[in-house]
Amino acid sequence: MPDVAGPIQDPMPQVVDTEQLIGCPNCDEVYRAQMPRNGERAVCDRCSTVLIASREGAGLRILALSIAVLILVVAASFHPFLSINAAGIGNKVSLLDVATSFRSGLLVLVSVATVLLIVGLPAVRVGLLIYVIAPMELGHRAAPYARRAFRLAQELKPWSMTEVFSIGCAVALVKVSDLASLHFGPAFWMFTALSIIVVVSDRYMCSWSIWKAIEVSEAEANPADSQTEQAPT
Amino acid sequence: MSTARDMGLVTCTTCAKVWPMEQDRCGRCGHRLKSRQSNSLQWVWAFWFTGLLVYFPANLYPMLVTETLTGTQSGTIVGGAIEIAHHGDVGIAAIVLFASVVIPVAKFIAIAYLAISVQRGSAKRLHQKMHLYEVVEFVGRWSMIDVFVVAILSALVQLSVVASIHPGSAALTFALSVIFTMLSARSFDTRLIWDSHDVRVSEPQ
Ligand SMILES: [Zn+2]
Ligand SMILES: [Zn+2]
Repeated sequence: MPDVAGPIQDPMPQVVDTEQLIGCPNCDEVYRAQMPRNGERAVCDRCSTVLIASREGAGLRILALSIAVLILVVAASFHPFLSINAAGIGNKVSLLDVATSFRSGLLVLVSVATVLLIVGLPAVRVGLLIYVIAPMELGHRAAPYARRAFRLAQELKPWSMTEVFSIGCAVALVKVSDLASLHFGPAFWMFTALSIIVVVSDRYMCSWSIWKAIEVSEAEANPADSQTEQAPT
Repeated sequence: MSTARDMGLVTCTTCAKVWPMEQDRCGRCGHRLKSRQSNSLQWVWAFWFTGLLVYFPANLYPMLVTETLTGTQSGTIVGGAIEIAHHGDVGIAAIVLFASVVIPVAKFIAIAYLAISVQRGSAKRLHQKMHLYEVVEFVGRWSMIDVFVVAILSALVQLSVVASIHPGSAALTFALSVIFTMLSARSFDTRLIWDSHDVRVSEPQ
């Protein structure tokens, strides 16, 4: 199917070939899918949801940014993000300490959930994105289970909360300021940097384009058993 | 204007691909296809009530227990914010209050409003409702700030007898409340908002 530039809005023909359609996940309106011009976005007429946002080189940028995030997340987990000093006694904590500082009963869940939301899920999510996008950007066929991996990555998005944590550190610093003096450690700055990178990377993310790329990549590798029912054009 | 349902089609909510109504799994991403999440509102309300149920103890019980040489102090969410304000950091106190009181309460109200208006088939202010939903989805995660602060402080402030901080039971119930309201918002099928519009438009004809 040729990707025609221009707005996607088009009056619907009566007889339809579902291969060429895109539906708005938020309001169910159906359009004929046409890739917008580079840098432009196809927006749902009815509810203003962005349906397609095409950007040349978006895949490569997401890949580069995801690798940066993964490196930062791993590095930040081992370095202290806050240090404390009071009456000559000092302490430094990294996220690993938060994870292993569990003490009484059910409250273990709080530290486990914290570490999961701050480093666990974000790391898994960028890992999946790298797994899906890297082979395609390198010109290979899509990795096995790429579809499942990308769907999971999309579902994890609301549960990765790195940026919330940066603000949390600042609040913690103020909260005990009369008890002791606190200082930011290197991991705090890594977290601040990676929170910004995640936001930028998500701006390049166009789910429709990536799904299309996965389909194309799999179809090229073995045209005989393409998974989707091919409607003749 | 025509919806997938009107055309006998179904849209995949994960990848936006359109399929014939009979199909039950998306051929592209494997997600289960449903023209409408018919029991969406039941899930919304179930998570909503669970979230509300744990929100009360989250506000009544201590979030943080601080042990210093001078004694043991325990603070609730609101108490902690007031204390920060007393130290002169009004800005930070405002952030804490906003993230852990204003956002959760506003979220409960907003989700209930959306669910009720869909149940009543209201066709008014559809764009505003959609926008409200997007705000609820975006803002929910920020309520976790206070939970993270507790986790950070109880790992950090372990200075033998000088000072030590432990999480209170509200840390757990508050975290659960945030998670349940996030699940409640995510169970909401936004297509239901727009369906009421279709009904109103087609009635006079
Ligand atoms: Zn729409
Ligand atoms: Zn799909």
